[in-house]
Amino acid sequence: MSLLVNMEKQLGEFHLSVQFSAERECLALLGGSGVGKSVTLQCIAGIMKPDEGHIELDGRVLFDSAGGVCLRPQLRQIGYLFQQYALFPNMPARQNIAVAVPDRGRRAAVTEELLRRFQLTDAAEQKPCQLSGGQQQRTTLARILASEPKAILLDEPFAALDSYLKYQLEAEMQSVLNDFPGTVLWVTHDRGEAWRSCGRAVVLAAGRAEPPVSMEQLFKEPKTVAAARLTGCKNDVPARPAGQSVKIPLWGVSLHCGRPVPTCVTAVGIHSRHLHVAAENEENTIPCRVVQVIDDLAETVVLLRPMGAGAEAAPLRMECAKEDWQTHSGTDVLTVTVKPADILLLK
Amino acid sequence: MVVFFLGLFFAYYIARLPRLLKGVLDVVLTLPLVLPPTVVGWLLLCLLGPKQPLGAWMLSTFDTKLVMTWWSAVFATVAVSFPLMYRTARGAFESFDPTLAAAGQTLGLSNTYIFWRIRMPCCRQGILAGMVLSFARALGEYGATSMVAGYTPGKTATISTTVYQLWRTNDDAMALKWVLVNIAISAVFLLTINLLESRNKQQGGKRP
Repeated sequence: MSLLVNMEKQLGEFHLSVQFSAERECLALLGGSGVGKSVTLQCIAGIMKPDEGHIELDGRVLFDSAGGVCLRPQLRQIGYLFQQYALFPNMPARQNIAVAVPDRGRRAAVTEELLRRFQLTDAAEQKPCQLSGGQQQRTTLARILASEPKAILLDEPFAALDSYLKYQLEAEMQSVLNDFPGTVLWVTHDRGEAWRSCGRAVVLAAGRAEPPVSMEQLFKEPKTVAAARLTGCKNDVPARPAGQSVKIPLWGVSLHCGRPVPTCVTAVGIHSRHLHVAAENEENTIPCRVVQVIDDLAETVVLLRPMGAGAEAAPLRMECAKEDWQTHSGTDVLTVTVKPADILLLK
Repeated sequence: MVVFFLGLFFAYYIARLPRLLKGVLDVVLTLPLVLPPTVVGWLLLCLLGPKQPLGAWMLSTFDTKLVMTWWSAVFATVAVSFPLMYRTARGAFESFDPTLAAAGQTLGLSNTYIFWRIRMPCCRQGILAGMVLSFARALGEYGATSMVAGYTPGKTATISTTVYQLWRTNDDAMALKWVLVNIAISAVFLLTINLLESRNKQQGGKRP
């Protein structure tokens, strides 16, 4: 009982190729902007048609290019939550929910029940533009549940909200989704959102999907540069494996990793918080020049340029506690270090 | 009425066609708006005249003449007022948020339902505007009608051709009567539309 997706789609110059399967779980689809997250969801829901592939939900074939199957979105039983909710502006909240109930005989009863469950009874006669942000989201969720879907797709549900409202709505959404028995696909570029709500994640980068991994594994050991960036790693640089070390030609240094480096490794990532100012005689050092010091809310961010790097290379970003930086403020040259275990091996 | 449905139909389907085809069809369908009515009338005669293929076929199979009858007046006004309905309706449909239709589909609503209960109410302003414009054009149509339908009192006379004939025969009293009728019909129609529009505003109003 699950969702199987294997599809290809050409969109102008952009080629999207996505393969993954989801059980009855909340699966995050993580990716930056323009990597095909929304297109993937729309193909699954039937709003768009993939060029090739096979999509299956709970054993029902929704799309199969070889067999010529392409179910209409109406028959797919997939709930789709749009970023802007897409409530019908000409109908009050009650009718927005009622139209989605497939069984006409039970329509009124089901609608009442959902209005009660989502605390919308008082707002039932209001048009969407008169509802508050929270009420709009609850109406949308109620409407999706009213249509009795087998799976729910969420397309960046909180992308357009300010952070206060976002946390409130996210908590509400989570409790609804926890009760939902089917597959939930949650598209987002926000790592915090994915971490809080989903058990596993598929990383989409440049139109390709990586195999699903658990959230813990994704954050602890991202496998690719794209995954590392999505999980908050701000520093990545091309590297060559060399036994237990990696050579970084761009910086002219070699870093010890404390474990055998697989030959497929092409880059390393270092979280900004894992960089420290080096004490004397420490290993794994990178001599740098200080480019810029940024005073952030909770910490000081220091942008560094490794001595061996050209001016065009992206600066190395280090975060340290504000009081720790005070002893170094004003310095021009700084040697930083990273623990072998903190070096992420990427490809 | 014919224009209303025809215009909607074309606007809906053409708004979704690929760009090149859309451009070509757009030009063809909008031409009657820019051409002088007499040119449209002449073109219609070419198309529907009893010696032309279509007109001859209608004459032989249904024994109906398409020119100089009540029907032909309808054809002429439709041809001339259609572009206005089509243009405004298309504009309205194109500004319609496609995610609303997609949302309806994923909720299991039929396309017919989405069209009549969601797309139409959302595009109402534009469609009403199209109706007003095309109605005004249809009622005021003279050139093409007089060419295709001629003027046979009681059969193919429209208000505009009647007024012209009455004025030519110096019957100012009758002309005035028809002018008043014309004004009355237009006023009632426009009033109805205005009422519909203001009701619409009350319903959808109070935007935050």
